[in-house]
Amino acid sequence: MLQQAFNGLVGGSFYALLALGLAVIFGMLGVVNLAHGAFYMLGAFGAFIALDAFGLNFWVSLALVPLLLGVAGAVLERLFVRRLAPLDPLYNFLFTFGLALILQDLVRREYGVNSQPYPRPRELAGTVDLGLFTYPAYQVFVLAVSAVMCAVVWVVLTRTRVGVIVRAATERPELTRALGIDVGRWVTPVFGFGVALAAFAGVLAAPMRAVNPLMGADLIITVFAVVVIGGLGSVFGSVAAGFAIGLVSALGNLYVPALSQILVFILMAAVLLWRPAGLFGREEAFR
Amino acid sequence: MLRVDGLSAWYGEAQALREVSMRVDEGEIVTLVGRNGAGKTTLLRCLMGLHGAYGRTAGTISLFDEDITGLAPHARARGGLGYVPDDRGIYATLSVEENLTLAPVRKAGGAAGPEPWSLERVYETFPHLKERRRSPGTTLSGGEQQMLVLARVLRTGARLLLCDEPTEGLSPLFVQRIGEILREVRAAGTTVLLVEQNVHFAATVADRHYLLAEGRIVESLDRDQVREREHQLLEYLGI
Repeated sequence: MLQQAFNGLVGGSFYALLALGLAVIFGMLGVVNLAHGAFYMLGAFGAFIALDAFGLNFWVSLALVPLLLGVAGAVLERLFVRRLAPLDPLYNFLFTFGLALILQDLVRREYGVNSQPYPRPRELAGTVDLGLFTYPAYQVFVLAVSAVMCAVVWVVLTRTRVGVIVRAATERPELTRALGIDVGRWVTPVFGFGVALAAFAGVLAAPMRAVNPLMGADLIITVFAVVVIGGLGSVFGSVAAGFAIGLVSALGNLYVPALSQILVFILMAAVLLWRPAGLFGREEAFR
Repeated sequence: MLRVDGLSAWYGEAQALREVSMRVDEGEIVTLVGRNGAGKTTLLRCLMGLHGAYGRTAGTISLFDEDITGLAPHARARGGLGYVPDDRGIYATLSVEENLTLAPVRKAGGAAGPEPWSLERVYETFPHLKERRRSPGTTLSGGEQQMLVLARVLRTGARLLLCDEPTEGLSPLFVQRIGEILREVRAAGTTVLLVEQNVHFAATVADRHYLLAEGRIVESLDRDQVREREHQLLEYLGI
């Protein structure tokens, strides 16, 4: 059971990283980025292509792929998302959804629907003795690096000037402008950063999950549930809910396998009944 | 220093401001008086460049003889406007000190203007803010929150404060305190445009008054005229 719980936390790492990016983007831009799963998928394919075509190893990909996709995300924000933002939120909804379908099909055209193999990095090939059980070293690495990444984002948000501006712009974008801060200038890097986080999660997933065009679409639905449970736009809530949902679905798999697919959504419905703004959401977001 | 010419504003099809023209001179405290829905808050939001999200506007606004009609809100703030919104605008996710230091301080030199308040001066003037500087901004009492938003714009060195009903819902003690602060900052060279329902308070602090009704400026009164007509105005405002 402990091992299953650990599996859950590792799975939760991906939820947490993806939900973190979604939450930051939603908080600051008010945009639900439906292409987030596609960027995760592109992250994994980026690692695959980097190895397959250029011989770049996992560690190079882990740094390079998120960087490139983050820049692509920033460009996307500048060219499209920003122009649609003043209109009905549905426009960005449709735009990012359409983009996700296009990206998925472009990858599918090139690589088909079968999963591509991606080897574990040699340094992390073995297992680690965790006392009660042994565990693949790579999974331990994923959990650790995700936790560190979430912690770094947390520190930046709570302890730095950039964090103060991002929090202020998330809570009251108009007022923050009126106080002399060029919020628009911060939106592009924040969007790029959110996309980079998704790509980072994608590269991490490549060695342990099936690399195929639909891997993002499958995962992102759960991630949306995670963000809603954590509270829309709440960074802390998204991360906490990410790890918690990972744990719950792994244990659900063990004890009530029949319900494992829908457990997350039952939980979401229950949380929404109890707290409509999510666990860490603020009611004001719904004014 | 501030000049508004033929300013109109709409919410969709509904017109909220009709050809408002007014001016505020340097060193003055001017109030906008009027009933709820007369367009006072809309006027301040237009001055700050915040109406765009709600509907269209027409007319021109200039600050120091410079047309700022097309400028974004953050550029207007950097040009010397300090905004105190009607709902106070304290950030729940920011601590008291972060709320205070969020707005960038206007660069010294260049245009003259009042000396920006240092954080030390803010804490000296409002010791309670210092005690609570690590707490979330919204945990302060209403009166302290109002002190916080005033201190926030004073710290930026804003030259013209746009204050939307700073005394609303406050105890007489805090109302008096706000009056003292406004007179003090005026003496230091800050200009104030104040939206106010409290005619008595307006009469004690302001040099001139504009009476706003149904989106129009219907009267412009000086201090003595307001004192003479306080009862009539109160009746008009339905208070």
